[in-house]
Amino acid sequence: MSTSTVNLPSYEDALATYDPVMGLEVHVELGTVTKMFCGCPTAFGADPNTQTCPTCLGLPGALPVVNTKAIESAIRIGLALNCEIAEWCRFARKNYFYPDMPKNFQTSQYDEPIAFNGYLDIEAAGKTWRIEIERAHMEEDTGKSTHVGGATGRIHGAEYSLVDYNRAGIPLIEIVTKPITGTGEHAPEVARAYVAELRELIKALGVSEARMELGQMRCDANVSLRPIGREKFGTRSETKNVNSLRSVERAVTFEIRRHAAVLNAGDTVIQETRHFHENDGTTSPGRVKEEAEDYRYFPEPDLVPVAPARTWVDELRGTLPELPSVRRNRLQAEWGATDHDMQSIQNAGAVDLIVQTVSLGAPADQARKWWMGELARHANEQEAELGDLAITPAQVAELVTLTTAGTLNDKLARQVIVGVLAGEGSPKQVVAARGLAVVSDDGALLAAIDEAIAKFPDAADKVRGGNQGPAGQLIGAVMKTTRGQADAARVRELLLERLSG
Amino acid sequence: MSFDGDLTRSTAAALAAAIKGGDVTATEVTQAHLDRIAKVDEKVHAFLHVDTEGALAKAAEVDAKRARGEKLGPLAGVPLALKDVFTTKGVPTTCGSKMLQGWVPPYDATVTRRLREADVVILGKTNMDEFAMGSSTENSAYGVTHNPWDLTRIPGGSGGGSSASLAAFEAPLAIGTDTGGSIRQPASVTGTVGVKPTYGGVSRYGLVAFSSSLDQGGPCARTVLDAALLHAAIAGHDPMDSTSIDLPVPDVVAAARLADIKGMRIGVVKQFDGDGYQDGVRQRFHESVDLLRELGATIVEVDCPSFDYALPAYYLIAPSECSSNLARFDAMRYGRRVGDDGVNGVEEVTSLSREAGFGPEVKRRIMLGTYALSSGYYDAYYGSAQQVRTLIMRDFDRAFADVDVLVSPTTPTTAFKIGERADDPMAMYLADLCTIPSNMAGNAGMSVPVGLAPDDGLPVGLQIIAPAMADDRLYRVGSAVEAALNGKWGRPLIEEVPAL
Repeated sequence: MSTSTVNLPSYEDALATYDPVMGLEVHVELGTVTKMFCGCPTAFGADPNTQTCPTCLGLPGALPVVNTKAIESAIRIGLALNCEIAEWCRFARKNYFYPDMPKNFQTSQYDEPIAFNGYLDIEAAGKTWRIEIERAHMEEDTGKSTHVGGATGRIHGAEYSLVDYNRAGIPLIEIVTKPITGTGEHAPEVARAYVAELRELIKALGVSEARMELGQMRCDANVSLRPIGREKFGTRSETKNVNSLRSVERAVTFEIRRHAAVLNAGDTVIQETRHFHENDGTTSPGRVKEEAEDYRYFPEPDLVPVAPARTWVDELRGTLPELPSVRRNRLQAEWGATDHDMQSIQNAGAVDLIVQTVSLGAPADQARKWWMGELARHANEQEAELGDLAITPAQVAELVTLTTAGTLNDKLARQVIVGVLAGEGSPKQVVAARGLAVVSDDGALLAAIDEAIAKFPDAADKVRGGNQGPAGQLIGAVMKTTRGQADAARVRELLLERLSG
Repeated sequence: MSFDGDLTRSTAAALAAAIKGGDVTATEVTQAHLDRIAKVDEKVHAFLHVDTEGALAKAAEVDAKRARGEKLGPLAGVPLALKDVFTTKGVPTTCGSKMLQGWVPPYDATVTRRLREADVVILGKTNMDEFAMGSSTENSAYGVTHNPWDLTRIPGGSGGGSSASLAAFEAPLAIGTDTGGSIRQPASVTGTVGVKPTYGGVSRYGLVAFSSSLDQGGPCARTVLDAALLHAAIAGHDPMDSTSIDLPVPDVVAAARLADIKGMRIGVVKQFDGDGYQDGVRQRFHESVDLLRELGATIVEVDCPSFDYALPAYYLIAPSECSSNLARFDAMRYGRRVGDDGVNGVEEVTSLSREAGFGPEVKRRIMLGTYALSSGYYDAYYGSAQQVRTLIMRDFDRAFADVDVLVSPTTPTTAFKIGERADDPMAMYLADLCTIPSNMAGNAGMSVPVGLAPDDGLPVGLQIIAPAMADDRLYRVGSAVEAALNGKWGRPLIEEVPAL
């Protein structure tokens, strides 16, 4: 049952009474070539159950062997998050039953994570927030279930379920924050900015593509409210598998309002897991468990402890790339952008898109203008991430080249974008196919100007008399005749020349 | 055929030499054992599955190799009985459980693979207590195995099928697994030799897990040298098993040939004597200690106080790990499925399949382990058991600082009657009293026959324990004892097995 927003207090009212506390758990699928504990490939999109072996199928007798590359990625993530790296740690078995988990336990880490006690500084609402990291630990992914039949797409009520074990055993890193307090009304924005920053960091490290829409990065958002001024945390809810930046923000916003409604009514918040619904931005309770989940963790006896040598850790520290915040500061300076601009660019996930567009020859201001203007508008309309639009940085760079060369004006360029997004090809191909190029033939323009003068003689007279105001009317008429394909500046030049001569 | 004697009563070493020398073909050797199985296994029930076709195919391959003049390995063409807990590609593997009835693994265990690579002829899969949980094979879902010394008695367990196949002359070699004594105790009660190698010495890949931190595969044979040859064939680092030790395998074959213990210091564990030990077992044990002294060893009494807690700690650790290891048997991907009528949901089908698929002892241990690991009890049970484990290791460390090996009876009594302890789990668990500490510490142990108990005329085993990766010492001591006793008796003890 989904809670509707109708009877909820407004976000502002909720925040007037309560102080939100968040805890964010982010799972990242590592982009290793092979799985966490066997040699099977991790490539996405293969036919179901074609990338499996006795180990990742959990066949009787099969044993795990740790993927060193995954450990390396985990350590690099830990270092980038300013964590301490364990000198000695173990895997643990998390015991629970689910048909897509081959062994009915997940090989994870429990009280001995590979990385712990770190932080990540992020920018949101015009200031810097330090998000403290509790731990980053390694584990394996489960298989993927598809529940067929039934209304909800969940296992209960389904007629049957299909399980694909290709995903089973793909290495995951789970990054858990300490409770995030003091964000007040900015909580949803901070949550989003944290996940966005983490995604940038993961991408910069090259350990994962961190594409949320493919489930390569998934966020569980814990939210609780406490009356303003109270020390003790309220009861939290955990909204699982929130799979886009926008959804993170919406889920936190919704949960704040929902909790506020519960508390306002004098009820107590139930500690539970909840599902987020993309369509209306609400959450609903997960399956109610009759007993508290007891995972019966114990050290994984099939694996030996992981004891990364300090020399190796130091070596890995040396491989860390320029961190996104440092890079952003550098880019901000290079682009001459304000703090606010930069934050918008970051929030929109446009940093890399702009960098790539610039690297393909577009001036930075032009690249920014298109990505953050017209393209951001399209993304917003489609409720999609900027990076998911059907246009590449190379195509944007081509568009910029066409505008600076005068082949396109802004109005035409916007039409070209529509064409590219509709899959009509590159900007050049769209220009050719739709016949959108600026009319640069002066003869054609002069004919149109003469036509306009003939149509609006009074306006022409005024211009002749030195009053340039009515020129706009004449230029407008020319643009209309040329269906917007004229360069307005050139039309003005020619018009004034005509009327002064 | 110019082989002098009964093929099925020969040692593996002698068979290998005869095949290599052309005195007999591997096919003849294999057929002789298949015939023996056909003749006596109805009474013994050592085998759950006889792979006649596969065995003869392998034998033919060995004969062809020899005909081509290719070099044969030290065990080429020698038949072997494999405990049904190791996966065998294309050959059923049940672990003695209804849960895996009909399962044909798509892959070979590392032990299976190494046996095949060594050109050993795998005759079939042997009976065992379900998922290796038991000391008598009475927990097998496919019926009990009978001890060839007395068919009314148990052959030990869990690897009773392997030990019985040796004592019944159905195979000269067998493979067992030892989690708390499942190789050594069956060897003891059948008058055969069984070795639990150092934990990590033999790969566990493809060994269906009972308790991962305790399970260890190892060789079973009728002579110490045969066990050593088999040990050498299966041991060594395996990258597929993270707990496998990446060190050279101790030269167990050389140690078995040495058979000399002059100058060795041997510890007698104080805790493994006295009340609860059958008189006849104690008598043979004390004679064995005297024999070791006569053979030139110095005997020292060793105090290992933590061993008193080994059994209870074991019955927390092993069930805990088993409760997790056996969770995968949910009837979804392989094995027996019950109640899949299109109406029952996944949880009902899993539940019905387990109800039908698991026997009472397996259920008991899953429940014990689930409880011991649960939140609020973990520290008191699993946590303390691990602490006991550390104390046991320290006792061993202290002991091995002073002595080369330790000795004790392998098991407190000789083979008990079928049914005698079946309803008394505690009495059954006591059979592993002396063998469990080695599993807890991960070191190496052997049981070697030292005669028949005067009170019931049944075989008694001497347990020898060596530090981790000093498995060669077991063979050195075991072969010395074997040689001395064979000299004294005029023929090996195994010749005393009544005709079947």
